[in-house]
Parts: sequence; structure tokens; C-alpha cells
Amino acid sequence: MRLERRLEQPWWLAIAVPLGSVAVALAIMAVVLAATGHDPGHTYRQVIVAGFTGHSSLSFTLTSATPILFTGLAAAVAFRMQLFNIGAEGQLYLGAIGGSWIALQLGDHGAGSTFVYVVAMCIAAGVLGALWALIPGVLRAYAHTNEIITSLMLNYVAAYLLTYLIFDSSSYWRDISSLQARAFPQGKPMPDASNWPTFGTSIVVPLGFLIGVAAAAVVWVLYSRTRFGFEVSVIADSPRAARSAGMRTRRKILAVMALSGAIAGLGGASQIGDFTHTLDGSPNGLQAAAFGYTGIVVAALARYNPFAVCGVAVLLGGLENAGYTLQGVDFPSGLVGVMQGIILFCALGGEVLSRYRLRIGTRPRTPAGAAPEAA
Amino acid sequence: MSALDERGAGLPGASPPAVRMVGISKRFPGVVANDDVSFEAASGEVHALLGENGAGKTTLSNILTGLYRPDDGLIELYGEPVHFHSPRDALDAGICMVHQHFRLVEPFSVAENVVLGDHRGEGQRFFVHPPAIERRVLELSKRYRLAVRPRARIWQLSVGEQQRVEILKALYRDARILIMDEPTAVLTPQEADDLFQTLRAMAEEGKTVIFISHKLHEVKAVADRVTVLRGGRTIATVGATEATARSLASLMVGREIQESRRVARERMLSDLRHLEVHALAVKGDLGGAAVNDVSFEIREGEIVAIAGVAGNGQRELAEGICGLRDVSAGEVRVGGRRLASGDARDAIRAGIAFVPEDRLGTGLVPSLSVTNNVALKGYRRYPYSRGPLLALRRMREVAIGLIKRYDVRTPGPETPVRNLSGGNLQKLVLGREFHSDPLVLVVAQPTRGLDVGAIETVHAYLRDAASKGMAILLVSEDLDEIRALADRILVMYEGEFVGELDGESADVEELGYLMAGGNREASAAQ
Repeated sequence: MRLERRLEQPWWLAIAVPLGSVAVALAIMAVVLAATGHDPGHTYRQVIVAGFTGHSSLSFTLTSATPILFTGLAAAVAFRMQLFNIGAEGQLYLGAIGGSWIALQLGDHGAGSTFVYVVAMCIAAGVLGALWALIPGVLRAYAHTNEIITSLMLNYVAAYLLTYLIFDSSSYWRDISSLQARAFPQGKPMPDASNWPTFGTSIVVPLGFLIGVAAAAVVWVLYSRTRFGFEVSVIADSPRAARSAGMRTRRKILAVMALSGAIAGLGGASQIGDFTHTLDGSPNGLQAAAFGYTGIVVAALARYNPFAVCGVAVLLGGLENAGYTLQGVDFPSGLVGVMQGIILFCALGGEVLSRYRLRIGTRPRTPAGAAPEAA
Repeated sequence: MSALDERGAGLPGASPPAVRMVGISKRFPGVVANDDVSFEAASGEVHALLGENGAGKTTLSNILTGLYRPDDGLIELYGEPVHFHSPRDALDAGICMVHQHFRLVEPFSVAENVVLGDHRGEGQRFFVHPPAIERRVLELSKRYRLAVRPRARIWQLSVGEQQRVEILKALYRDARILIMDEPTAVLTPQEADDLFQTLRAMAEEGKTVIFISHKLHEVKAVADRVTVLRGGRTIATVGATEATARSLASLMVGREIQESRRVARERMLSDLRHLEVHALAVKGDLGGAAVNDVSFEIREGEIVAIAGVAGNGQRELAEGICGLRDVSAGEVRVGGRRLASGDARDAIRAGIAFVPEDRLGTGLVPSLSVTNNVALKGYRRYPYSRGPLLALRRMREVAIGLIKRYDVRTPGPETPVRNLSGGNLQKLVLGREFHSDPLVLVVAQPTRGLDVGAIETVHAYLRDAASKGMAILLVSEDLDEIRALADRILVMYEGEFVGELDGESADVEELGYLMAGGNREASAAQ
């Protein structure tokens, strides 16, 4: 019996491995739960009910899923070209800043149509997110700096900028209309018409989620059916081959970073339009959720596949949502964290193991794909 | 040459052989690299391991050096069974290997490299005492005529000198068994002769030299006995003096091959100059001039070879022409049109096709499918795309066509190319480049690392392309290949052309002399 590298991955593995990983995670967690005096079966039922099947639980799940769908997509778009944009967090803040600015502007000028607000907010958020992402992009393309570090560091800059915009008394975003607002800094409320619509009654689907799914579809077409996507996959695997094929690598770096930042920015606009309806600059607000970093996990679990990103975002959103319901007096929030951690750990571990296979016996099977001379 | 003529002095006698490997098998996922291989080498002999690429030579030597553990089989050294758990065990048993790609630390001195990793004597001490090592290195280098300065840094040395350092490393450790993996691939003919003298001298002292090669004349020149491997199995062990080049070749490939690879080809008499290079200068990686004021032209249907020892500017010349490197002076014209400097896209558009030395990684994208790799250079145009959208079905059709036409062995057009063997990769690259119908084809080391069968195929494709009117620039370090294909040979030395020879009548000695800078040294001496 031995472990060997797979030459090719059969299609069923893509389904069997995540399912198997979740099963293993649940088994490990069952031990932890039993050891801490909880009934695993009961807890799991609660998770499923609270996260997915219960009354209006899917609506809450979609609320949690929407921002990480955007940031997951943003990470996947960049990671596909081996461009490690860790800055979706900051790009999302910038999107929120841009989206709220345009909404407040339109409000001052008396625009009334929600459609106008949605389009304007998406454009402003996308542009600002893209520009923010272009800073590490330009540095990478022209100065060969490591985009992981620059994009990560810019997250902190973006966070301080966000805080500043709410705490600075002359800030356009800050609400100074009432005495209370002057004492406790908070963002101006958005005009009512800028609240994004939702769809459905039993399951409430926010518009942001639908925009995210549409973005995923666009990304899929872009990456699998266009010259742009072809260039991205070549550059990802072999920059030298890309160069000798006459591809403009620098421009592609800029384009991919801009696209990634724009998608993360859309997530910021969706936060404003769908949920908070104000720019929340306090460290306990938008910054506490760490959507950008969760997005990296989403992208990794989805193997950078845009459609899988949608599914994984809903799954993690449900887990997050169930966590809120579970925690209470006899169920500490730490245990919720342990559960989420074990599931992630097993999912990532399963992903690595899927590249290998267990062989029993001594004679190797020669797969069809193997080149006999390739010793 | 006296050492070479005293061969046979140390042929196997009554004492147990230095190395005995019996029934060695080693399997990797999807391939059996060694299948019940047996091998024996005596003390005091140079024993050649001959075989095509993929015959199992490297795997066998990796087993002997403790890098791999065999799945089955027995290894005995001087009659004692041994089990190596790591390369260190093999080193302790006196087995050293000089790899094709040297394992040297570039910023370190020769003496430091020699002692590196040696855990006995001098190397074991916390503070290394260089003079003692240097003395020993000097002594060894005199005894075996391995001229090298012990204080020189590795990066200052030529490839030939670096190889000498590797051999010194083995001698310093008192290796009794030395394995040389295709040592002449990087050497000039003169350097190779010197190496053979050294190896013979070592054998005369009772050491065992295992010489891995796929070059027949070298094996004939240096070895006492030859063991031929084919397809992971031992085919035969024969005495080197009895065997003829022809008999060894047929053992190696399993069929008779013709002695000279040169195939008569009708030369076109055309005045169409497809490629014109005028006063070209290109900078190297370190910023210095790698190519200096080079001018030449290639006509329709002509094959011009650039011969030279690696690192004399051939690579930079090819990359400069293909737009992969900025041109610092001069110009390149294709079909009369001047190319923009350092613009690969412009070069492709003008009609330059490039088959790089590094097939997997520059020529092809390893994780992408055969289909995508076929479209790698043409994806911007019909038939591969229309507007921004790819025409996936047509890409696939073209790929299937190329697979058939150029006999690329692949499970299918969707297989990632990294699963293909070297010969098939090269057929795929050539097929793709021919398909774009270029005026000029630049090929770098087109058969490096390929087996004899694949080499013949590649040569046939190149001849065929030339007879259809393509102008071919062949950059190669393989003199046999250059003589088999070229109409004209330009010899490059330190970034300049030092001679031009006619391909048909070129003499190898003369070529080697020019490649080693003979001309230049001679004129400098006057």
C-alpha cells in the first residue's frame, strides 16, 4: 500500500473529495462535541435548520453569503493568474466608500429612481475598488514588487481611511445633523431610494447576491471562452511561454488586478445598498467582518472556479449564520469557531489529498495518460 | 593517447566485482523505469552505460547512489550486499556521481565546494581550514590533470572547469566508484578528450568509472566494457573494442541505423533573403554585450547553423531575433520588413517561428491541454478566435489535425502536455510552428534530450520545412546534428562569428578548433 501522485484527476473526484472532507470534519467535530458534553446529532440538526432549512434561515444565510461571494470571486479572478491579490478587504472598503458617496450625491440632487442608484453605486464602487487594486498592480507590473505584501498592507491603509472618513468632523460621509450623531461619529444615512431591492418572500434574495452570481457567470465566460482568459491561463502557468507567444503580460496584470478590485468593490456597494444603508467606519463595523480574508478561503475551497465560489459562499454563509444561532449560555462561541475551523481544515486537506491516490498491491496500473518514456 | 591504449589492464579477474546489481526493478506511477536490470562493473575499468533517453540509465544510477530505493533487487559492492537508505550511505560506501547539472554552490570557492557536505576529516570541523583543503585539491588536480584554481569562485569558471570541480569532489572523498552522467554534453571535443584521459587514469588506479552516455563514439573511445539498456531492461554487456559503432547502435535502438545522418537534400538556389541580420548587438542577462556586431542572412530554403560552446551568445542571438530580448544595436529584417526590438508579437506577425531550447515552459505551457498549446501563438487570429471569443471547436480540429500529421503520441487533444514525452513535445512544437506557415524558423537545440528515433523524425521535419522554402536558423551544440542538417555553419565565439564553413564539407576537428576560440587565440598570439 502506498501513496502516489495522480497523473490525472477523474471527474468524480471533484464531487467526492469535498463531500468526504465534510464527512470527516463532522466526525472529528462529533468527538469534540461529545467531549464537551453536547449531543453531536442534535447540534448538527440545529446547524442545518439554522443555516439552511429553517424558517427564513436561508434568507439570513444569503445575507452572510453575499459579501464573501464578491470577495471570493475577486480572489479567484486574481489567483487564476497566480496573482495573489490579498487586498479584497481594502478594495471592498473603497467600494463601500465610492458607493455611499455617489448615493449621497444623488440624494442631494434629488434623484429618485432606485435603478439609477444601483447602477451609479456599482460603477462608483467598481471604479474605486479597481483603482485601489491597481496600486499593487502597477507596482507588480512595473517594479516587480510582491503583490501579496503590497495589497495586504493597503488593507490597513484602506481601513484607516474608512475610519477617518467617519471620525473626521468635516467629512462628507459623517452625519452631523443631530446632537447624538455629533457625539458618536456615524455615517450619514443613505437616501431611501438607494436601498437595493430584494426578491422573493419566503426566501429573501438580496439584489447583491444576484449581481454576484451574474458576475460569476461573466467571469466564467471571460476565463473559459475568450482570448483574455486564454492569456490568463498561459501567464499563470508559464510567463516565459506567454512572452514568447507575444502576450503583453504587464497589461494583463493590470487588467486582472483591476477586475479583481472592481468585483471586491461591488461587494462594498452591495453592503451599503443591501444591508447597512450607511458607511460604517467604526472598527466594529465593516472592518470586523473580515470579508476580504474569508473570500480567500472561499476561493481556495472553490478551486478558483467562479460557479463553485457561489456554492461555497452560500455554504460558509450558512455556517456563519448557524453559528450565531447556536451560541448561547451552554454553547460558547469558541466552539462555533472550532467547528468552522475543522470544516475548513478538512476541506483544504482533502483538496491536497485529491492530487494523490492510494495504491494497494505492488504492480502499478499504467494510466492511459502516462507517457512510457517519461522516466 | 597512451592511457587510452592501455585499456584492458584492469579487466575483471577472480576478485568480486566492484559493483554488482542483480534483478533491479523500479517503478514510478505510470512507468517501469527499471525492469529486472542486472549490471556489473569491475575495479579498474571504465564501464559505459549506453541507452536512449528513457532507457533507465539515470534511474539505475540514482539507485546505485542511494537517491532511489529499488522495488526489487540486490546490490553488492566488492562482494558485500548493501542497502542504501540515503545518498549519504552510498557516499560512505565510496560511490560518487557527477550529475549532468552540476551540484555546486556558485558563490563559493572551488576548495569550499570540494569540502562541502564531506563529513570526514577537514569537512567535519566547525571552522574550515582552507589552506589544507587547497593543498589537497591542488595535489589531486595535478595527479589527475584536472587543471583548476582552488581559490576560484564557481561562477567564474567555465562549464568544463566546473565539471572538473565535481570530479575533484569525488576524488577528495576517496570515491572508489565514480558515475558520470552524460559528461560530454557540455564540453568541446578537446575538453572531452582531456576528460577521457582523466577517467582512464582513475581506472588505472583501480577505481571504477561508470560512464553514462548515448554517444557511440565516446563509448568506443573511453570504455572497457559497455552495458546497453533499452526500455528499462539490460540488453547486453559487450567489450568496447570488439563492438562496432553500428553493432552498439543496433543494440541500443533495436534496429539498424545508417552510419551518417546526413541525408542528401536538394538545395534551393534562391535569391530571396528571408532573414537579414545586420550589425546586431544584444545584451546578456548580466548587462554585458552577449552578441556583438553580428551580420548574416538566410535565403529561402536554406538551413544555417550557429555552432558554439554554450554561453557564447547563441541563445541571446536567437532571442534577439525572435523579439524576446531587446536589441541594443543593429537590425533584424524578415522578408524585408524591419522588426521592432524586443517585441515578440511583432516578430511572430512578421513570420518568425521559434522553437526554443526549453520546450516545456517556453515552447509549451505544461498544465494546458494539447489543444490550447496548439493555439498558443495563433490564438489572436482566425481560425482560433473571432473577435475576443475563442473558437474552441476549431482549435480542437486544428489540434487533432496536427496530432495526426506530425505523429504526436498523446491520449487525446485534451491531455495536459506535461504528460507527453520529450520527443512528442518537440513534434508538437514543430507542428505548431510549421502550421503558422512562417518565413523564418529559429530552432534552438531541437533534439537535446531526445532519443535516436525522435532525433531522426525531427531532422526529417526540418529538412522537409527547408525544402518547402522556409529559412531555418539552427542553433545547436550537437556537432553531429549541425553536420547532418546545415547548408552553412557559422561558428560563434564570445558573441562574434569566428568562422564560416560549408555544411557538407565541414571537418569536426576544424569546427571544434573554431568553437574553442582557436582562431582568436592564434591571431592574438601573432
